[in-house]
Amino acid sequence: MTKQVQQLDRVVIRFAGDSGDGMQLTGDRFTAGTAEFGNDLSTLPNFPAEIRAPAGTLPGVSSFQLHFADHDILTPGDSPNVLVAMNPAALKANLGDLPKGADIIANTDEFTKRNLQKVGYDANPLEDDSLREWRVHAVPLTSLTVTALEGFDLSKKDAERSKNMFALGLLSWLYHRPTEHTISFLEQKFAKKPEIAKANIAAFQAGWNYGETTESFSVSYEVKPAQLAPGVYRNISGNQALAYGLIAASVQSKLPLFLGSYPITPASDILHELSRHKRFGIRTFQAEDEIAGVGAALGAAFGGALGVTTTSGPGVALKAETIGLAVMTELPLILVDVQRAGPSTGMPTKTEQTDLLMAMFGRNGESPVPIVAPSTPSDCFDAAIEAARIAVKYRTPVYLLSDGYLANGSEPWRLPEVSDLPDISTEFAVKTDEEFQPYVRDPETLSRPWAIPGTAGLEHRIGGIEKANGSGNISYDPNNHDLMVRLRQSKIDGIDVPALEVDDPEGDARVLVLGWGSTYGPIAAAVRRIRKSGGKVAQAHLRHLNPLPANTGEVLKSYDKVLLPEINLGQLALLLRAKFLVDIISYNRVRGLPFKAEELAGVIQDVIDSE
Amino acid sequence: MSDTLNGKGLALVPKTDAKQTLKDFKSDQEVRWCPGCGDYAILAAVQSFLPELGLRRENIVFVSGIGCSSRFPYYLDTYGFHSIHGRAPAIATGLASSRPDLSVWVITGDGDALSIGGNHLIHALRRNVNLNILLFNNRIYGLTKGQYSPTSEIGKITKSTPMGSLDKPFNPISLALGAEASFVARTIDSDRKHLQSVLREATAHRGTSLVEIYQNCNIFNDNAFEQLKDPEIRDDITLRLEHGQPIASASKAVVRAANGGLDVVPLAEAGDRVLVHDAHNPDPSVAFALSRLDEPAFEHVPIGIFRQVERPAYDTLMAEQLEEAVAQKGPGDLSDLLMGGDTWRIG
Repeated sequence: MTKQVQQLDRVVIRFAGDSGDGMQLTGDRFTAGTAEFGNDLSTLPNFPAEIRAPAGTLPGVSSFQLHFADHDILTPGDSPNVLVAMNPAALKANLGDLPKGADIIANTDEFTKRNLQKVGYDANPLEDDSLREWRVHAVPLTSLTVTALEGFDLSKKDAERSKNMFALGLLSWLYHRPTEHTISFLEQKFAKKPEIAKANIAAFQAGWNYGETTESFSVSYEVKPAQLAPGVYRNISGNQALAYGLIAASVQSKLPLFLGSYPITPASDILHELSRHKRFGIRTFQAEDEIAGVGAALGAAFGGALGVTTTSGPGVALKAETIGLAVMTELPLILVDVQRAGPSTGMPTKTEQTDLLMAMFGRNGESPVPIVAPSTPSDCFDAAIEAARIAVKYRTPVYLLSDGYLANGSEPWRLPEVSDLPDISTEFAVKTDEEFQPYVRDPETLSRPWAIPGTAGLEHRIGGIEKANGSGNISYDPNNHDLMVRLRQSKIDGIDVPALEVDDPEGDARVLVLGWGSTYGPIAAAVRRIRKSGGKVAQAHLRHLNPLPANTGEVLKSYDKVLLPEINLGQLALLLRAKFLVDIISYNRVRGLPFKAEELAGVIQDVIDSE
Repeated sequence: MSDTLNGKGLALVPKTDAKQTLKDFKSDQEVRWCPGCGDYAILAAVQSFLPELGLRRENIVFVSGIGCSSRFPYYLDTYGFHSIHGRAPAIATGLASSRPDLSVWVITGDGDALSIGGNHLIHALRRNVNLNILLFNNRIYGLTKGQYSPTSEIGKITKSTPMGSLDKPFNPISLALGAEASFVARTIDSDRKHLQSVLREATAHRGTSLVEIYQNCNIFNDNAFEQLKDPEIRDDITLRLEHGQPIASASKAVVRAANGGLDVVPLAEAGDRVLVHDAHNPDPSVAFALSRLDEPAFEHVPIGIFRQVERPAYDTLMAEQLEEAVAQKGPGDLSDLLMGGDTWRIG
């Protein structure tokens, strides 16, 4: 049987199953194969906070979405072309996102009466015609896997566990993915259990062969490699890029990195990653709590280290007092907040942009802190270096506001040349003929000397109590306090940040769509759609939220309408309205998920049409 | 393991040949405690003790939290960090674990260390961070003007407890021993000689040393430790702890009790049953039993070093991991790191 091969320019696949089914691993491997093949790609893992939610239930569904294309893409895709549903719960939880006509590959073995009942199916949807508007491929993935592994010395349960690799093999056949990497990956992963390695490889190959031979799949698809800018690429998640950015910041600042951190979703992976790179002189300290994490980082910064703490919203709330101390003592410190859905515990594995105002104002007193927000997973690398640059140069704590979507999502990253990275080194204070004054300021940056213990002649005391400008002695003088409040603010206001760039190809758009942080991809994809259909819209994206680029007001005022989509209830809009008196149009959805390009394109079109 | 703790506490801190005096450690700041406060005596004891160490002044750092005692760093001409309430051990942990060349001191009080900062204290102790923690215990909140503290006795009448406090107090020594601190001692503000002898041992110890200092707050809790200062009775109730010596006061002695614990009996009756103090015992349970002897009413109070055992300091262990990582794979190279994943080339 000769099978038909169809060319596609892009595909969105979603793998969905129980949290124990290995969907994240399956997605990761498919992504690795896709990256190796040379497509552009973007991924969206989506999983419950519970490690093992009750099997077969809707809350236990874990999924991994991958968008790959023969051209450059900006998002993990609005809706899947293919859903791999490992059980009824996975089908039910994801069907609503699936456009009519999409493919569903369902593991029929799991569509038992009991599993159907668990999620409220009265009848088996694979059999009752209710899925007639989709293309259903009913595949007994579990039993096919068990059959394929009959020759192995494995329990039935262990054999069944390889069903995700069978599914991966089938999908790899369906989309012509290379297989070598997956095979060598499995060999390495199970190096100590060769039987398991062989079984997984056999299941993977059986899945491939099943696609090749069965009549259930008459067409396979090709998505040609993308023409990306020349360079060396690797696939990278936001958390990994951020960790690498911190390591690069340590190298480029010539300061030893000290991370004080307490485990919290979705930031823990940064702690894990940095703890693996001790040969860079990195000290990672898993503290007793969030407060100790930032406290230790600040203590290390006092001693001349590049102090970093990593956390998410609830941790930020706990660290606030220490951040205030860092503002007062004017020491460099990097505060990484990987935002998640709140308030309180909220939805730990879901994304949100709701910590902006907390980062801006969440401390007692007039306590300004610079804020940098990365826009894509790979941008987390550059944003981390930028945050470190500001911290070191201006002797201030700096917020780096990532979020769950950036943290766990991945994309191809064109590797920078190390020689192109900025030099962000600084100099510690040294003894001079003049009497040392710890709060004497650099006239350009307004930063104070970084005088570290061990430097003779610079012995001094700092602390949280207000101090006299210059000498740093405790001071309750009213005029001095007013001066210091203004100086601390002026220092932050005066940070050199690049101008806000506007993408307005013909220069005649009347509507500007503005964003910050992880909404970059969906906004840019939506803007492309509008332009493709002949609409005119300008786009600008803020990386520095505090201070804002000097031309921000000018940009906002040069458009008739400014649309600002945010995954919060309008936090940046509030700031911009207050600062520039511009009537921003907000678009807000707070569903724990990124925006969809189609959704934003509709919103932008509405704003254009209302002109 | 390079840490032989006893005597090597300051081995990594640079020394000076210059002769130092008390004056070298006095800062130019006006001391602002209430007249008669026990803190003055402790400050004077520390200032006159530091020259003995012969350390370079710039390699000494005092870190404090919030409270009367936490003003201490301002009055010493060393590096100092007056931080926030309860967090000094956390801040000092970051400093001490990344800078083994520093002598890092934490100055704290009973409220700062045992209430708001209790968590940081016990974790610093269990990690054995290279710190000297001086816990000024006056059994009251002074700076906030007289509320009961976590070491105040039950029934304490204060502004916030007009009908008496309800909470059972912490015994700082018991708490520290429970956290398996490697060095735990108690001394008193009014006995400079003893205070300095404890500091001598504490600074010689590499790892965390926790020194509880009974300190009189003459404004809000005057005479809290009067029994230990009253010449009429102090020699009877003070049980001096000295390693290798019998534990006894002028009239009483510590013996093993029939129930496995410890008893205090008249010296005359003790005979050869008097317990000989072993500060180096790896098992903290006898030290713990000693720490309970002052309960409930200060009838006999052990003073001195309860426990002093060798355990690697946290900074040493951390540094060893970094060295091991370099030994295994060589120093980090940024370019190699970035190129380290599954990469592919376009163009």
